[in-house]
Amino acid sequence: MGRYVIRRLLQMIPVFFGTTLLIFFMVNVLGDPIAGLCGERRCDPATAARLASEFGLDKPAWQQYLTYLGNIFTGDFGTAFNGDKVIDLMGEAFPVTIKLTVVAIVFEIVIGISLGVVTGLRRGRPIDTGVLILTLVVIAVPTFVTGLLLQLLLGVEWGIIKPSVSPEAPIDELIVPGLVLASVSLAYVTRLTRTSIAENARADYVRTAVAKGLPRRRVIVRHLLRNSLIPVVTFIGTDVGALMGGAIVTERIFNIHGVGYQLYQGILRQSSQTVVGFVTVLVLVFLAANLIVDLLYAVLDPRIRYA
Amino acid sequence: MRGATRARWAVGAVAVALTATACGGGDSGGGGGGGGADGIVSSSWGDPQNPLEPANTNEVQGGKVLDMVFRGLVRYDSKTGQAKNEIAEKIDSSDSQNFTITIKDNWTFSNGEKVTAQSFVDAWNYGAALKNNQKNAYFFQYIDGYDKVHPESGSASVDKLSGLKVVNPTTFTVKLSQKFSLWPDTLGYAAFVPLPKAFYSDHDAWLSKPIGNGPYTIESYSKGSSMNLRRWDDYPGTDKAQNGGIDLKVYTDNNTAYTDLTAGNLDLVDDVPASQLKNVQADLGDRYINTPAGLIQTLSFPFYEKAWDTPGAVKVRQGLSMAINRDQITDQIFQKTRTPASDWTSPVLGEEGGFKEGLCGPSCDYDKAGAKKLIEEGGGIPGGQLKISYNADTGSHKEWVDAVCNSINNALGNNKACVGDPIGTFADFRSQVSTQKLTGAWRAGWQMDYPLIQNFLQPLYYTNAPSNDGKWSNDEFDGLVNKANAETDKAKAVSTFQDAEKILAEQMPVIPLWYQNGSAGYSDSVENVALNVFSVPVYNEIKVK
Repeated sequence: MGRYVIRRLLQMIPVFFGTTLLIFFMVNVLGDPIAGLCGERRCDPATAARLASEFGLDKPAWQQYLTYLGNIFTGDFGTAFNGDKVIDLMGEAFPVTIKLTVVAIVFEIVIGISLGVVTGLRRGRPIDTGVLILTLVVIAVPTFVTGLLLQLLLGVEWGIIKPSVSPEAPIDELIVPGLVLASVSLAYVTRLTRTSIAENARADYVRTAVAKGLPRRRVIVRHLLRNSLIPVVTFIGTDVGALMGGAIVTERIFNIHGVGYQLYQGILRQSSQTVVGFVTVLVLVFLAANLIVDLLYAVLDPRIRYA
Repeated sequence: MRGATRARWAVGAVAVALTATACGGGDSGGGGGGGGADGIVSSSWGDPQNPLEPANTNEVQGGKVLDMVFRGLVRYDSKTGQAKNEIAEKIDSSDSQNFTITIKDNWTFSNGEKVTAQSFVDAWNYGAALKNNQKNAYFFQYIDGYDKVHPESGSASVDKLSGLKVVNPTTFTVKLSQKFSLWPDTLGYAAFVPLPKAFYSDHDAWLSKPIGNGPYTIESYSKGSSMNLRRWDDYPGTDKAQNGGIDLKVYTDNNTAYTDLTAGNLDLVDDVPASQLKNVQADLGDRYINTPAGLIQTLSFPFYEKAWDTPGAVKVRQGLSMAINRDQITDQIFQKTRTPASDWTSPVLGEEGGFKEGLCGPSCDYDKAGAKKLIEEGGGIPGGQLKISYNADTGSHKEWVDAVCNSINNALGNNKACVGDPIGTFADFRSQVSTQKLTGAWRAGWQMDYPLIQNFLQPLYYTNAPSNDGKWSNDEFDGLVNKANAETDKAKAVSTFQDAEKILAEQMPVIPLWYQNGSAGYSDSVENVALNVFSVPVYNEIKVK
């Protein structure tokens, strides 16, 4: 187990270098960021040259990349064009997005798995068909439609929530945005759980458990659900990274100053320091989430061992 | 960590104040401190693109803050745009080149430091010096010695402008490198404000909480999310704030700001999103403002490309201008938030300031048949097809560029004569424009720095001027601009500038499209809201009900 974890951690190193390299060069080919900084008029050449050398943009790209990597290891993610340290931007943005992601994941787990269990056990009944149709609708409707609709109805028409989230983003203000962010994944979790439960419900060990006279609740939770969760856990694990990175739409609609917002600004202003820094951290989050998922398999199914 | 806690506390307090404001309408002066003269106005904001230094701020979001926190020698009237002395007692000159500036001696910064002649001279030297990387450094280009402190390339030989001399604490003299009679009228721009000593001694601390001499002080500033400004009670100027303060909130999207306004969580939105223009009358009624701003939009051409710099191409450009149905596009696409342009300035200048409706003549009137004839006479569009480049990331330019192309294609009876050419990001678009990479036309916009006709002509069309991206050059035009600048009589200067503008009408180096309006909406808990000529809300005059 220990060796397995170490091997996985070592595997992350090339992935880390590869992704940062790719992102760095992709942002770099987008054009000259200094030109955008001066607005509709041209920067005067002397100032532009000085700015370029201050941000290291006058050096060849590979040299910029090496300097950048060197700085990262000392915890210096560079400076965004508006003078803010990228590490400070991260300090503000990540807690907010993590909160939003946690809210979304909790919705996925609680609602998604419960609905999945209920429908899986009642296959073909009206409730199953109803939920299936509902998930189909949720998957088919784009997130920004759901988001804007909920914002308009709950925020403006009925006044139940505030349409925009304040800068500190308290949990209660994040419930609706979290639900919107979770909606599509939630539908997938429901469907995955349902299929998995339905399959395992006819398995021998479930029949045995029922024959032993175990209470129905214990049969479902301890035997049926635990064995059915492996695909669901895999999905949720990979979804952590996807949710954090993909929150741009939701964050824009609900005015959440999180990772998505900073990335969006960074791309618009071609601030490679911001974009590369944030994406690097997102990649690490993604890798860590995957590792945790793999380790969880053993908890769910003791037959799975790691060498 | 402590900082964060304090910020949260402050925001909590603001929230309480806001709630008090919201229900303050009924009780008149009930001692809550929320409504009336102490009421706080919440307003939408965008993240400033550059650090908040006066000579480094070239966009509207940072400019908004400077306008509240700083006052300069001269201030532009919010309605007429006319320059009026503010800190300046008088600005004298006998030859339009050497100026003596006397300032009033009752002004201080909000930290108690006196505003002296030195405060101005130091600030201007800082702004002009190459080593400080100030993006608005070129505002000091007319002052003698600018080429030494800010050479075109290489490093500066000195770090002070030789044209600036402090005579005594309330007087300083300025020597310009050329005659420029309207120069005092440019001093209302934010780059010319005075700076306190704290700016130089502890620059980082100043940037995190700027100190100025305007009607508001900055109470708290959390970068990227909000800024709380409070009325400065000891403000020495005459335009004291009529409210307790302004809370600026950064929005990720102006649609969300608009939604917040309609839900009653926000008092003021100074940029109504295009997608909401259809609903704005129903949502806000007369709380919607749509007034002209000093902003003109144009189509530019590459004169560094031989094909566009021929006598025949003049006719082609005039023909293209005639082929654009400005009325229809401003009506249908912009819902009347733009006005068809018929000169190269802006209505905010007024007749006296040099705006002249119809100066462009028949070239700016829609005439399908005439357009086709002119373009054919001129030898057709160079390359057979007109490409109009624009940035696709912000500003929803696609709609109107497509409409302009449709209009041109219609006139020419050829649906391939004009196409839009989107470029991914603004930065990439600007870099292609400013490095002369584009071979077709491109969209351009000019927001005035100060309400002067000079500002609409010289930086854009003078040979090798900083924003003359198309590299158009015309000796006669340059000569008239020089003549106008040397004119000591203001009215004469303006009319000479108009003579220069007539050359634009003959040569059509860029096609004027429309003047842009500023649009804003406000909630029913505030009143007396207006936009100034720069389309920035006049914050200090807003009253909370």
